[in-house]
Order: sequence, then C-alpha cells, then structure tokens
Amino acid sequence: MEMLTLLCLFSTYLLASSINIEENAGQFFSSGHTNNWAVLVCTSRFWFNYRHVANTLSVYRSVKRLGIPDSHIVLMLADDMACNHRNPKPATVFSHKNMELNVYGDDVEVDYRGYEVTVENFLRVLTGRLPPSTPRSKRLLSDDRSNILIYLTGHGGNGFLKFQDSEEISNVELADAFEQMWQKRRYNELLFIIDTCQGASMYERFYSPNLMALASSQVGEDSLSHQPDLAIGVHLMDRYTFYLLEFLEDIHPASKTNMNDLFKVCPKSHCVSTPGHRTDLFLRDPGSVLVTDFFGSVRKVELTMETINLTGHIKQWEESAADGEPRKETYSYSDQLPVSEIIHQKPKQKDWHPPDGFILGLWTLILLVFFKTYGIKHLKHIF
Amino acid sequence: MHCVCVLPSGSSEPRRQDRVTVDNNNMGLLSDPNRRRALLGLLTRLNAPICVVCYMAGVAWFMGLAFEPFTLRTYMSENAMGSTMVEERFPAGERALATGREFAAHKKKTGGMPVDWLVRTMQARGLEVFTQSFSRTLPFPDENKERYMVKGTNVYGILRAPRAPRTEALVLSAPCSPGDENNQAVGLLLGLAQYFRNQIFLAKDVIFLVNEHDLIGMQAWLEGYHHTNTTGMDWSPLQGRGGSIQAALSLELSSDIITSLDLVLEGLNGQLPNLDLANLFYAFCQKIGVLCTIQGKLQRNDWDSVSGYSHAVQTMMLMVMKQASGRPWGDHGLFLRYHIEAATIKGINSFRQYKTDATTIGRLLEGMYRKLNNLLERLHQSYFFYLMPSLSHFVSIGYYMPAFGLLAVILLLRALDLWVQLMTPPPRTEDGVIDIEQSSPGVLSVLTPLVISHLTGVALYMLPVRFQEMAVEHFPVSETEAVVLTAIAVYTAGLALPHNTHRLLAGEGDGAGLAGAEAGRGALPGRAVGLHRPHQLLPGLHPGSHPGARGRLRHTSRPKGFVGFHLGHPQPGLHAPLFRVFLPRATGNARQLPGWLGALPFRHLAGHPGPRAVRLSGLPTDRPVGLSLLAALLEHPLLEVDASQAGL
Repeated sequence: MEMLTLLCLFSTYLLASSINIEENAGQFFSSGHTNNWAVLVCTSRFWFNYRHVANTLSVYRSVKRLGIPDSHIVLMLADDMACNHRNPKPATVFSHKNMELNVYGDDVEVDYRGYEVTVENFLRVLTGRLPPSTPRSKRLLSDDRSNILIYLTGHGGNGFLKFQDSEEISNVELADAFEQMWQKRRYNELLFIIDTCQGASMYERFYSPNLMALASSQVGEDSLSHQPDLAIGVHLMDRYTFYLLEFLEDIHPASKTNMNDLFKVCPKSHCVSTPGHRTDLFLRDPGSVLVTDFFGSVRKVELTMETINLTGHIKQWEESAADGEPRKETYSYSDQLPVSEIIHQKPKQKDWHPPDGFILGLWTLILLVFFKTYGIKHLKHIF
Repeated sequence: MHCVCVLPSGSSEPRRQDRVTVDNNNMGLLSDPNRRRALLGLLTRLNAPICVVCYMAGVAWFMGLAFEPFTLRTYMSENAMGSTMVEERFPAGERALATGREFAAHKKKTGGMPVDWLVRTMQARGLEVFTQSFSRTLPFPDENKERYMVKGTNVYGILRAPRAPRTEALVLSAPCSPGDENNQAVGLLLGLAQYFRNQIFLAKDVIFLVNEHDLIGMQAWLEGYHHTNTTGMDWSPLQGRGGSIQAALSLELSSDIITSLDLVLEGLNGQLPNLDLANLFYAFCQKIGVLCTIQGKLQRNDWDSVSGYSHAVQTMMLMVMKQASGRPWGDHGLFLRYHIEAATIKGINSFRQYKTDATTIGRLLEGMYRKLNNLLERLHQSYFFYLMPSLSHFVSIGYYMPAFGLLAVILLLRALDLWVQLMTPPPRTEDGVIDIEQSSPGVLSVLTPLVISHLTGVALYMLPVRFQEMAVEHFPVSETEAVVLTAIAVYTAGLALPHNTHRLLAGEGDGAGLAGAEAGRGALPGRAVGLHRPHQLLPGLHPGSHPGARGRLRHTSRPKGFVGFHLGHPQPGLHAPLFRVFLPRATGNARQLPGWLGALPFRHLAGHPGPRAVRLSGLPTDRPVGLSLLAALLEHPLLEVDASQAGL
C-alpha cells in the first residue's frame, strides 16, 4: 500500500515535471534566436575623446560578462586611450571617478583599431562584404537566428555620425545597411543603441523589420559628458552610457529584466538630454523581450530524461501568440514578401477620401455660381 | 482658365519693364555721364565734411570698442585644451625659492651666468642638458658697460616625454638678468623641471631654457634651434634638440611672493600669439585664484561708469601702442616669428593685501603645461589679431578694422577729389584753346619728387650706418651721435634741392623767366641742357606747353583726333595746335626716326603719313628724341585712358 502511494506520487511528480519541462522548452525559443552578436564602435579619436572609448569599453565589458564571447564581438576603437602618452594611469581606461572599475580589464580584443575604424569597414562588417582574406575575428558571422547588438558612440549631428575626423555615416546609409542585412538573412532581431548628440536622428530612417533602437538624445539636443576627472584630466564617460553601464552591472544571465526597463535608463533628470527609443519596427512586445536577449548569450539548459515533442509545442506557441496579438505578423525568412512591401509601401491613405469626380464637380459648381454672380470681368479682383 | 492665364501675364509685363529700367539705373550709376557727374559733384563739394564725418566716426568706433557690451567674452576655442580640468599638485614652491637663492649666490660669485652650476643642477634633476654660446657685435656700445661685443651662454635642459616620440616640444624659459632680478623665475623653472621629471603624462618634450642677455640670448637660441641665421649673430650650434616647438612661456619673477601676474602678449613687430594662450592663462588664474592683469591693469567690473570705461580704453590703447612700437615686450616676442605661440608671465609685487606664493604660481604653470601638453596641433582655433580691453574680453579684427577702414577711406576720398580736379576741364575760351595756367602737372613733374623722396629714404637707410666709422674718426662724436647727426645731415641736404621742382619741370608759370634762363644756358652742349625742358625735347611742342598739359589736349577734341590720326584718319577740320604734342609720330615720316625706334611696339604707327595740320615749332626736328620718346611713351597710355573715359 505504501509502495503504491509512493509510486503514485512519483508518477504524478514525473508527469508534472514533464509538463513543466515542455513549457520551459517552449519558452526557450520564444525569442527565436540561437546566437548573439555585438558590434561595438567608438568613432572618435584624440585624447580629449577619452570618454567615447570608455563608453564602448563599458558596453564591451557588460556583453562579455553576460556571456557573449570575443569571437562574437566586433569591437572597433578609433583610438588607444590606455596607451595614450597623456594617460597618467597607463594601460587602464576608467569609467568612474572612484577608479573602481577599469573597463579596459584584463583581456580586451580590439578587432578594428585606429585608422581601420572607417565608415567603409563598419558597413562591410555589417553587410558581410569583406575581402576573403579577412580573419574570422574581424567578421560578423551572424545568421538568420542571430540577435545582434549594435552600439555606436562618437560625435554626431542631425542625421550623421562622424567617423574619425574625416568622414561621416548618414542615417540613410545606416538604414540601408540594415535593410541589406535583413535581406541577406544576417539577423533575427537587432538592437541599435547610439550615444551621440542628436542621436535620435540616426534611427528615424530605419525601415527594416525586427529593429529596436535607442538613442541618448533627441534631435536638437546634445548628449553630455559625465564624470570629469581631474587626475586623468578628461571626462571619463558620457551620461547616457554611464547610466546604461550602471543598469547593466545589475543584470545577470538569469535576470528577467526586459526592454521596458532599459528604456527607463537615464531619465532626463540624470541625462539632461532626453533619451529616445523606437519600437515600431520590432514585432514583439518590448515588455516580453529580455535584456539578456541582446546583451548576453544565455544558453538555457534544462536537464531532463523525458522525451519532448518540440515541433508540436512550438507550433502551438506560435498559434497562441498569433491569437493573442492578431494585428502583428511574425516575419520569418520563409516569406520575403513583407520586406518588399515595406520597402515599396505607399504613403498611408486616409480613412476615407471623397472620389475625385466629386471634388471636380464641386469645384465646377463653385466656379459656375461665381461666374453667374460676378461675371468674368470681376475675376481679376479675386485672383 | 483662360482668364487665369491672361491675368498674370498682363500684370507681369509692366513689372518686367520696371525691372529693366531699374537695372539700367543700377548699372548706369557710374557709366551714365549725368549721374557720374552728379556723384562726382557731390564728392568734390562735400569732400571736407565727408572726410570729417569719416574721421569722427572712425575715432568714435575705435573708442567704442573698449565699451564692454560691444566686446566679446574670451572663450577657449581649442577642443584639445578644453577646460581647466586638471589636478595641480606642484608642491615645492619653497624649495624652488631656495634654489633661486642658490642661483643668485652663484650668479653673484661668477659675475654673470653661472653656467657650470646650472648644468649641474639641471643634470641632477634628470634633464638632458646642453649649452650654447653666442656672441654679437652691437652697433652701439652698451649704455651701462661700454661694450661692443656681447658674449654669453644659454643653458637648456630637455625633459624627454617618457612615452611619446620626440616630435613636439614645449618651452619654459627664464632670463638670467643682471643684478638681483629674475632669480625666483630660474628657481621656479628648476623646481618645475624636477616636478615634471616625475610625471608620466607628458606627451611632448619640455625644454627648460635659461637665456643670458635677454633678447640676444633668446634670438641666438631660436636661430640655433631652427638652423636659421637672420641677424648675423655668431652662435655655436645646438647639440640637443626636441621636436617642433608648439608653445612657449617666458617667466619673469623677482620676488618671493607676488600680488598679481601680468600677461605680456605683444611680440616683435606687434605680432600676437593665438588668443587661446591668453584664454588658457586667464582660465587658470580664475581657477586657482590668482590676480591677473594685462598691461598691468586689473579687470574692473564697473564698465558702465566713466572711470571703468576709461580704464578699459587705457588698457586697450596701451596694447595698441605697444604693438605699434614693434619691439618685443618680453622674451616671448621672438618666438612668434617662428610661428610658436608664446607669452611672458610677469610676477608683480605691489602693495596689495592679497599675496600669492611660489607654490601657487607653480601650480598655475603646471596646469597650463598640462593643458598645452594635450594639444594635438598648433594653436590655431582662436584669433591671431585682437585687442584686449581687459583679460576677459577681446575685440576681434572684424570689429576693429572698420574703424581703420573709416580712417583710410579719407585718404581715398582726398585722392579722388584731387583726381577729379585734375580731370575737370578748365574753362574754355572762345576759340577753344585753353589757358595754359589751368593745365595740370605732367608725369615728369610727378616722377621727380617720387624719385627724390625714394633716394632720400635710401640715403637715410644706408648712410648713417655706413658713415658711422668715418664720422667717429674725423669728428669728435660718439657712434650713437654719429648716426643721428648723419640723419640730420641727410635732411639738411634735402633743403638744398629746389623746392619747386614740379614747377621747374612743368615749364609753366613764369614761362618767360624760364625761357630766358634756358636761353642763357643754351650754350651748354649735349642733351643735359634740355633734360627738363620738354618743349625743347619734343619737336613740335610749343615752348609754353608741355606734354603733361593734358587739359589742353583733351579739351579741344584731341583724343579723338589723336586716335584717329594714328589710325591714319587725319581730320582736316581739326585745329592745328592739337597735334603739336606728338612728335616722333607726328613728324610724320618714318625716315626721320632713328633706327632703334623701329623696335618699339608702336613702330607700325611710324609709317603713317603725318597729319597735314601739324605745325612745326621753330625748334629743329632732328633733335635727339630719347627723352621726348620717354615722354611720349608715358603720355600715350594716359591719353588713351582719357579718350576712353570721355566716351569718344
């Protein structure tokens, strides 16, 4: 009898756990990505732009800490601040004036440095059009299951970001590059973050699907620096990235923090500028997107002895999602048509528009009434 | 629809016509003779009042520049220097002063620059030390020491940038002055050298220079550094060099504590360093809390009061005067010639309560050098031409040039007035021949004073120095006096020149008297006799007239006749006197011209038959035509200009 109840309990437990496991397995693929990539770019050189290098290195530190390996990070730094002759603390880049956090760390793998950081190289990395001799560490080898984080910082203006001191990338070029990435199936979802003056102007031309974008300031606003340090003699970081780093330091691979929390980083009281974000191209609800979907490479591992029918569950989940939000379609790479629709989309029509003939008739009527009343000779007083 | 089409075209047509006439008016302002005459009339009639108004406006504008609301606040333009965000940690002011006292003792013992001591001290501080000896023969003896030859030695130590290539350098210099002066400056310089030696943030070499004999030593060092020799000085080549010098500061301190720091910017020939250097100094003074002055004048806050305004005017005018003097007002002044931004910082000790010690000055210099160290390119972002009514405000060239423009336009207006008077035809007599008295002076009469004044200038430049030795040998005068006396002699010699050259040359005025004199000298042989008697040189020229007498020529119909005649269209109806001027050509026959004339550009004219109306003067036509040709050549373009201006 006891044995029986024990067996019974055991079997119910097994049953329950198998159901849990199947649910979890469904959750595993909710974001639809299997690998993570990051492209982190600092576009400005010179000692007094120390803060831009520190910005990029702090994001580098975070994504690396959250699990993206160096092989999946393309780090572009236009200048070497750690070894600058003017750096009173050689081989370090600090992000905070309390000098606790050396974002240069122990192992930093810079893929593009100095004069290699050009608009051309950046676009080639994004679109994958690199010469065959390029080593794998300098390539973005993403696929249609990749979530990509792209972080840019530097000096910019309305609609452009300056690279080095010689060239610029415009927001249209950037948008076209992302579209090319989409057409070449180089990403599943893409998070774009930019910390520069008038940063919001850089994402307003995007048109490719599955893009989410954040910027440190609106058009017409300057992004400001933070952490002036007298010993090093420069500003250590920019405000937006400083608070972003502060936010990311609290994230760990299992955190359930979602994108809505990320949008709240650096409110205007802290940033002075107004950070902006854009989600209309993104198909999932930002509240359901984990920060670690982009900033980390979280491999969800669940050990089980059960056999799980994956295909059935996925299908079921997709159907339920479609039921829950009927207006959103999930674009997958099997149908490329929506893309071309987005590219060639017509300007949005108004809800109702009177037929052209009606308007023509109305004008004829008005003119007729007018001529009847005033005659032709008074016409010149009207025009 | 039809009406709509008609109406705009109907309405636009008159408008287009209007525009055409307006265009005509605009274009015709100077080409339309009536309007030009009106404009010229206005200019000549109101010339004096306009000039007065311009003058007043110019002066008022310039004085207004010192009024604070009209000036701009200084601001740092150079991104690389940015703010004053630097931690100054220089601790050793007292020790620097002790070093200064030690330097003073050694200076007294050696009776000049203690070279050995300086070399040893700099080496002890870890610098690469080099010396440069120089000598210069002065044109005048030194007033104090009665010496011609200045000999000295510069000592400089280079602090190599620990991690950077040796391509760029900064200079900190202090003069080794005679007596008790500037000992503290040298002490502070050595103290800073010691401090910088232990810092690792330097990206440029820092050169610590102690120069002897102020400007002479500085010039020798700069020439040695840049491998140039512009002054003919003797110096030994530099054994050690840093990179190209980006900026330099010269330090002058004569007391242990100071009340204020004075910034001296004016360099050789009124050159100024980039305004960013002044901004940097001012920013650090503000940050560290040191009183700073420019032209020895503190900044005042009461700009709206009369005394505050006059204070600003004084400061600005002092700067203008110092620049106008052309001499460098500190050792930094010579750097500017090599496109090195430099300034002198002078410590001033007055009877103010607020005192600053050497540590604070050291910190200020440390801050400035750390910011200069951050420079990525030469200072170029800010202004090079400016005036400063106070250290925090400046007047850029765009604001002060209009004042000079207003003053300069007076010259232009006067010249225009004279030009118009020259062009105005004198009153015409009944038969169309003008009064000779009214005719304007010719080219020769203009040329002669020009040549004479240039010769005087050359004499003033060359003679005093050239005759200096001779004068000292033969007369009981010193070298200095000899130069002055020679200059006076040149001026006195100028008195001997006929003071009415132009009348003499013009051959007008008392024509009879001159003619008589000429007749008296007629016996003299050669061309020299006739050199300044145009009517003799120019066959066909009336004794009373002159090629310069363009009034006559132009006046009677001449340019037309002139042109037409040369083109081979003699006009029989013209008055004979018109053509008397043009001798080599007017004489009509190519055979009469000397052979070399054929090489001249207007040779083709010579072949043309002369005008029938030419009346030859009593003078022989086979006179040498050398000068007459010159006169004709000079006259030729002028007449053509006249002809074209008259619209003929």
